[in-house]
Amino acid sequence: MEVAPPKGRSGGAAWGLWLARRLGLAVLTLWLVSVVVFLATAALGDPVRAILGRDYDSNVARRQQLEAQLGVGDSIVSRYVDWLGGLVRGDFGTSLANQLPVGTQISSTVANTLVLVLLSALVMIPLAFGIAMVSAHYRRKRPDTVIQTILLALAGVPEFVTGILLVAVFSTSVFNVLPAVTLVAPGASPWDEPKGMVLPVATLVVAVTPYVSRIVRATLLEVLDSDYVELARLKGIPEPVVMRKHALLNAIVPGIQVIALQLAWLAGGVVLVETLFSYPGVGKQLVDAVRNHDVPVVQALSMIIAGVYIVVNLVADLLSILLTPRARTAISS
Amino acid sequence: MSAATTPGTASAGAGATGPAPESFFRKALRQKRFAFGFSLTLAIVVFAVVAPFLSPFGEKETAGPPYSPDGIFGTDYLGQDVLSRLMHGGQSILVISVLATLLGMVVGVLVGVIAAYAGGWWDEVIMRLNDVVLAFPQILLALVVLTALQDPGAWVIVVLIGISHAPRVARVSRGVALGIVSRDFVVAAEALGERRSRVIVAEVLPNMTGPLLAEAGLRLTYSIGVVASLGFLGFAADPGAANWGQMIFENRLGLQTQPWAVVAPVLVIGIFTVATNLMADGLAQASQKGD
Repeated sequence: MEVAPPKGRSGGAAWGLWLARRLGLAVLTLWLVSVVVFLATAALGDPVRAILGRDYDSNVARRQQLEAQLGVGDSIVSRYVDWLGGLVRGDFGTSLANQLPVGTQISSTVANTLVLVLLSALVMIPLAFGIAMVSAHYRRKRPDTVIQTILLALAGVPEFVTGILLVAVFSTSVFNVLPAVTLVAPGASPWDEPKGMVLPVATLVVAVTPYVSRIVRATLLEVLDSDYVELARLKGIPEPVVMRKHALLNAIVPGIQVIALQLAWLAGGVVLVETLFSYPGVGKQLVDAVRNHDVPVVQALSMIIAGVYIVVNLVADLLSILLTPRARTAISS
Repeated sequence: MSAATTPGTASAGAGATGPAPESFFRKALRQKRFAFGFSLTLAIVVFAVVAPFLSPFGEKETAGPPYSPDGIFGTDYLGQDVLSRLMHGGQSILVISVLATLLGMVVGVLVGVIAAYAGGWWDEVIMRLNDVVLAFPQILLALVVLTALQDPGAWVIVVLIGISHAPRVARVSRGVALGIVSRDFVVAAEALGERRSRVIVAEVLPNMTGPLLAEAGLRLTYSIGVVASLGFLGFAADPGAANWGQMIFENRLGLQTQPWAVVAPVLVIGIFTVATNLMADGLAQASQKGD
C-alpha cells in the first residue's frame, strides 16, 4: 500500500481524492478476498464428503440435508452471490456443526480475541520502543550486538514453541505459578481470571516484539547519524533529549507501519496461541471449525481476519500521512 | 514483515556479470551469524537425514508403557520411544519446508521481476492481486483450504505454503528488480535487441542472487514454522507418522507427567528456526555489503 502524499491543487479536494482512492482499493481487495475464501472452501474440495467421511454413502438423509444447506447443485456463481449478499446484510449463515446462526456464535469470540490482541499490543509497543532505544543508545557496541542477536533468534521461532516453553517453565515443570490453560465458565469472560491471561499475552508479546524493535532501532540509528541531530548535539543538547525529541519522534511513523503489519499478523498468531491455551477466541474457534469442516464458520472467521488486516493497514496509512509533516504540507502548498 | 532487512537498497555486483556464487558464499561465511546459523542448520539437516538409520526403536514401534521414563526422553502417549520418534520426525518437515520454499521463491521471483520489468499498468494490477493474498496470514490460507479437503496429502501442504510465500517474495524481488531494470547494462541489452525473457534471465536475475538468497533463507524459516504449526494443530499430512509438529499435538496432554515428549520436539523446532533465521540474516548482511 502506498504512503505517497496526495498531490493536488487545493488541500481538501486532494485529500478527498486520496481517501476515495484508498478506500476504493480497500473495498476492491476485500471483495477479491471474499472470492478467494469462497472458492477455497466451496470449490476446491467437497465439504460434505469431508464431513461424513465413510458415512458418505450410507447416511443418505444427513448427506442430503448437508447438501441442501450448502446449496450443492446450484451453480457456484449463484451460491457465491447468495453468500456475499448475506455477508453484506450481516448474515453469516448457519453452522453445519450445531445448526446455530454463525453470527451469534462468533460475536463473543471476536470480543475475546480483540481483548487479547489489544492487551498484547499495549505491552508490546512500549517494550519494543524501549528495547530499541537502549539498543540504539549502545549502537554497534557490545550490548547492542547482544540484544540484536537475541531479537533475531526470537524472530523466527514459531509462537507455539515459545508458548509451550513458557508453559513448561511457569506452569508445569519448573515453577507452578500460572495456569496452563484459560478456563472460562459459561457466560464469563477470560479476563475475569487475569492470571489466565498472562501466558497467552506473554507468548504473543515475545512473538511480535523482535520485529517491531528491530525496525524502530534501524530508524533510530538512521536519525541519530543525520546532520540535524549532529547539529543538535553541537548546540549542546544533552543526549537523552536528543534521543527523546529528535530521534524517537522520527521513528514513530515507520514504527506505526510495522506495528500495523504485526497487529494484522497477530491475527494469524492467535490461531496457535489460542489453541495452545484453549483461549475462547477466534483462532481456537477457527481451528475447531476447520477440524469439523464447518464451512460457514470458517468462511465468516477468515473474512473477519482478512478484513481486520485490510482496515488496520488503511488506518496505518492514514496515520502515517497525518504524522509526517512533509506529506501533510505537500497538500496545502 | 521481513525479519532480516529490506534488501531494496542492495545491488550485489557492479557489472553485468554479477558476483560468482563461490565468492558470495565466502563473503557470507565471514559473517559470524551466517557461519553459526549455517553450521547449526547443516547439523540439524544431517540429523534429520541420518538419524532414522541409527534410532534404537522403529518409527511406530512400542517401546514400553505410555508416558514412562524409560530411555533418554521416555515414551510418548502410545508408549513409543520419544528419542526414536524425534530421530524419525525430521525428514518430512525438512522435505516439505524445502519444497514449499522453492515453490514460493520460483513463483514469487517470477511475479515480482515481471511486475518490475513490465512496469506501468501490469505492475499495478499484479501488485494489487498480490495484496489480496497478503491479507491472509500464512497459516490462515492453509487452514481455509484444508476445511473442505478430506485427507490432504503432503503435496497439498507444499502447494499451500508455497502459494502463501509467493506474494511476500514477489514484493521483495520487485523492489530489488526495480533498482536493476533501469541500469545501463539492462538498457544496453534491450537496445541490442535481446528478447525480454532473455534479458530477465541473463541480465536481471544474476544481479539479484544476494538478496534473493537472503529472502530464501527467511522463507525457509517461515516454512518450517508453518509446517510445524500445522502439525501442532493436528493437520499433518500423515497422522500416524513421526513428525516434530505432530508429536507436540499428540503428547500435549501429557506435558505434566512426561514433559520431554513435548519439550524435545519443541526444542528441535526452536533451534532449527533460530539457525535458519541467523543464516538468512547473515546472507542479507553479506549481500548488502557489496564487494
